[in-house]
Amino acid sequence: MQPNTPLTRRIFLQQGVTLASLVATVPWFLEKSALGMLSADSRVTSQAGVREDRILVVVQLGGGNDGLNTIVPYGSDDYYRQRPQLAIPAPAANNGALQLDSTIGIGLHPNLTGFKELVDSGRMAIVQGVGYPNPNRSHFASMDIWHTAKSQGRSNGWIGRYVDNACSGSPQADAEVAIGRTAPLAMFGDLHKPVSFENAKLFQWTGKELPASLELPYETMNRAGALEGVAAGSQAAFLMRTALDAQLSSDRIRAAMDKTPLVSYPNSQLSSQLKSIGAMIRDQMKTRVYYASIGGFDTHGGQAGAHGNLMRQVGDALLAFQNDLKAQGNDSRVVTLVFSEFGRRVKQNASGGTDHGTAAPMFVIGAGVNAGVHGTHPSMTDLDQGDLKFTCDFRSVYATVLDQWMDAPSKKILGAAYPTLKLLRG
Amino acid sequence: MSNYSTTPLGKANWNTQSARHLLNRAGFGGTTAQIEALRAMGLDGAVDYLLNSGTTQNDAISTSEFDSTIRKPLTVEERSMVQQARQSNSETVREQFQKLKNQQDGLDRAQMQEIQKWWLRRLIQTGRPLEEKLTLFWHGHFATGYRTIEDSYHMFQQNQLFRAYATGNFADLVLRILRNPAMLKYLDNDESRRGRPNENLARELMELFVLGEGHGYTENDIKEGARALTGFTFEDDTFRFAANNHDGESKTILGQTGNWDGDDFARIILSRRETSEFLCGKLYRFFVNDGPGMPDAKCNAYSNALAAELRKQQYELKPVLRMLFCSQHFYDTANRGATIKSPTQLIVQTIRELGTPPRELSSLNAAGDLMGQSLFMPPNVKGWDGGQSWINTSTYFVRQNLAVYLITGLRPDAFDWDADLAKWDTTALEAAILSATGGDSSKEADALLDLVLAVSATEARRNQFRAYVSGLTGSLTGPRLVAALCLVTAMPEFQLC
Repeated sequence: MQPNTPLTRRIFLQQGVTLASLVATVPWFLEKSALGMLSADSRVTSQAGVREDRILVVVQLGGGNDGLNTIVPYGSDDYYRQRPQLAIPAPAANNGALQLDSTIGIGLHPNLTGFKELVDSGRMAIVQGVGYPNPNRSHFASMDIWHTAKSQGRSNGWIGRYVDNACSGSPQADAEVAIGRTAPLAMFGDLHKPVSFENAKLFQWTGKELPASLELPYETMNRAGALEGVAAGSQAAFLMRTALDAQLSSDRIRAAMDKTPLVSYPNSQLSSQLKSIGAMIRDQMKTRVYYASIGGFDTHGGQAGAHGNLMRQVGDALLAFQNDLKAQGNDSRVVTLVFSEFGRRVKQNASGGTDHGTAAPMFVIGAGVNAGVHGTHPSMTDLDQGDLKFTCDFRSVYATVLDQWMDAPSKKILGAAYPTLKLLRG
Repeated sequence: MSNYSTTPLGKANWNTQSARHLLNRAGFGGTTAQIEALRAMGLDGAVDYLLNSGTTQNDAISTSEFDSTIRKPLTVEERSMVQQARQSNSETVREQFQKLKNQQDGLDRAQMQEIQKWWLRRLIQTGRPLEEKLTLFWHGHFATGYRTIEDSYHMFQQNQLFRAYATGNFADLVLRILRNPAMLKYLDNDESRRGRPNENLARELMELFVLGEGHGYTENDIKEGARALTGFTFEDDTFRFAANNHDGESKTILGQTGNWDGDDFARIILSRRETSEFLCGKLYRFFVNDGPGMPDAKCNAYSNALAAELRKQQYELKPVLRMLFCSQHFYDTANRGATIKSPTQLIVQTIRELGTPPRELSSLNAAGDLMGQSLFMPPNVKGWDGGQSWINTSTYFVRQNLAVYLITGLRPDAFDWDADLAKWDTTALEAAILSATGGDSSKEADALLDLVLAVSATEARRNQFRAYVSGLTGSLTGPRLVAALCLVTAMPEFQLC
C-alpha cells in the first residue's frame, strides 16, 4: 500500500544475504514481516544469513568409476602387478598418465586433459580414497547410500534435506533441477522435490500441435492461476498455481537454452547436460543445486577403450563447463562435485575389465577451491579382500560443501558431525 | 457447512455423481455404463458389491506364475567353493561366481519388469477394483523396495499377500508381514540375532506400520521389540523361525514383561488404541481427503468413530470400509475432488474411464517412474507421501503428456515411450455425451467436462472450454473429441480424484 513497499520488497528479495545484518538492528515486528515477505514472494527464499548466490552442481558417474585408472598410482609396483593389461603407464611413457604429483607417483588418466588443465589453473581439488565403512557392492544399494548419506541408504536425499533446511516454509519451485529422465533420490526432501527433465523441449505440453488450435486454449487454461470460485487452500487451487508455475519455468528454461553459450561445448551426453546447466546459471535462475549424470562406468569387460572414452567425455565436458562459467563471470558462484557409487577392484579380471570395488577419488571443481590433491591414496598392499580401504568418508566432503560453501548446518542435514576438509578457500 | 457425520448418505443424495465418486475412490473410476450400474444398485448395494467382489470372476487376469528359482541360494557345495576361493585368493573361482551372479541379476531385473507389467495389467483389467486399490494401499503402507532386496519373486509374493488380505483383517496382515521374506530382508531382520539385534523392523513396526510415530513408545521399547523379533527369518521363499538366533530372555515392551517373540510384540502394539487411530488416519488420507494436514482436528470425531469401529470389529477391515464408503462425510462437497490422483491412479483411471487403449505397459511403467511412482520401488520405507507431493512443475507436464499418449498414442519424444498408433475408439464417450445433451450441441462442452472431471468445473473454466468447443466446425466426435479431450486432460482439475 505504501509507495515504497515494492522497492523495499525488491531489496529484500535481491539481498537475502544481507538480511542477517539487517534484522539485528530492526524492531522485531519488522523483522517478522521482512521474513514473511521473503517466504511469501520470492521464488527461492533464504533464511537469514543463508547465502543464496552460491550454487552446487553434482555430477554422478553411474556404474562405479574405476578410480585407479582415473587417478593413476603409477609409483606403485603393485598397481602394475595387479593390472598387467589395464594399468596406465607412468607419465614419461607413450600414452602415459598426466603428471599430478611425482613425489608420491600419481597422475591422471591420459584422456583427462580437461582435468589436468583444471588442476593446473587452480580450479580442481582431488580427494583421494573416498568411501564409507562396510562398503556395499550393489550399484543400487551403494548409490542409495551416497544419495541419502545414511549408512543404510534408507532415507530421503541429502540435497533435498539441504533445500528443505535452506528454504523454510512452503516449497519453492525450481530450487533443485536435475537433468535426466528421472530425478535422483539425493534431491528428494520432505518438502522439496526436484524439477527434472531430460530435454528442455520436453519440459512442456506435447499436445500443443494436435492440432495447433489447441495451443491458445491450453495456455489460457494453464496460465490462469487459481480461478475465481475455487477455494483458496484447496487441492484445485494448488494444482492451478502449480500449472502456472510449470508454464513459467518452462518458458524460462527454454528461453535460457535458446541462447548460444559463450564457449563451445564438445559433443557428448554429459556435455549437453552441463551446457543446459550453464545456460540456466547464466540466466540467473534461483536454482541452488543442479544435478547431471552419466552412466556406463560398469566396466566388467573390455574396459580400456570404454573407460578411456568416458574419461575423455568427463574431462572435456567439465572443462568446457568451467570455462563457460568463467566467461559468464559466474565461476566464483559455483562448485561442482563429481562422484561415483564405488570404485573397482584392484586386480583386473579375466575379461579385460574390473569388478565392483570400494574407495575411489572425488573431484571438487570451481574457482574457490584449494586446488590439488587432498588426502592419501589408499594403500595398494593393505587391502580388504582385494579392495582398497577408504581413507576419507564421502560425508566429510558433503559436510565441507554444506558448511563452507552453502552455509548450511551439515550436522543437522547429515544427521551426524563429519570432519570437514580444507577443500575450499576462505 | 461441512458434514462430518458417519451416518449413511440419504437415498435422495445417492445419484450418478455420488456413484462416480465412490467408484473413483474405492477403485479406479469407470465408464458411464459402469457408473450407472453402480448407481442402480443403491448405496448399500454398491458398497456391498465393491467390498464383496472377491467372488467376481477374474479369470482374464488369473495369477501368472513367476520363476521362484532365479535367486537360488548357493548349495552347500557351492558355498564351500566360494569359501575356499576366498581363502586361497583364487580369482578364477571368484570370477566364476561373479559371472553367475551377474547373470542372475539380469534375469531377475527382467522378471521384475514383467511383474510390474503384470500388476499394471491387472489394475487396468480387474473386475475387483477395491481389491487392487487396497493392494496398492498396503504396498505403500508396508513399503518394501525391490532395489534393496533384489529378489523379484519375493516382491511378487508380497504383492499376493497384500491382495489376499486386502479387505481382510489388519492384525492378521501384521502377523503375516512379520513372516514375509521380502519384508524380513528389506528391514534386515534376517540378520538380527540374539545378542546383536537389528532394530530396523521393530522401529518401523512402531513408527510406520502399526502404532504410528510419537504414539507413546520409547527407544527402549524399540530395543526390546527388536529382541523379540530375533530369529524371525526366511529360507528360500518361506518364513523360518531360527530358534538358535532367538533371544528367549524376558523383555518389557510398552510396560508388558514376558519372554516375548515377534507375534507377542505385534499383539502388544495391536492392543493399543493408537493403532486403530493411526491406521484410520492413513485410510482417511488415501480414500477421503489428502490435502495438507488432513485429517485435521475437525475430522477427529469422524476418524475416531472409524477407529472405534475397527477396534470393535477386532481389526476386520470390511465394516470400517463400509462405514467410510457409506458416510455422509465421504460424499460431502468438501471431499469431492479433494484427493490428487497418484501416478498409478492417473494411468489406470484414464484408461478405465475413457476406454483408451492401454498402449505399451512398459511405457506406462516408465511414465509412472517419471511421475514419482514406480510400482515395487517405493522411494523408502515410508512409502509414497501422496497428495500434493506428487505434483511439481516437471511431474505436472509428464501427467499432461501421459494423457496425450493414452488418447492419441503419440509418444513424447525421448521419454522412451513407444509410439502406438492404435486408434482410441471414441464411440462410447460420444454416446455418453449424446445421452447427456439429448442432442443439444450447445451443451456438449459442459457435458464432456462433467463426464471427465471429478469436480464440477467453475464457470470461468466452463467459459474457456465452451469458447474452444464453439469454435469447432462440427460436433464433439471423432478427431474433434480427441483434440478436446487432450485439452480437458491438460486442465489442472483433471489431476483431482
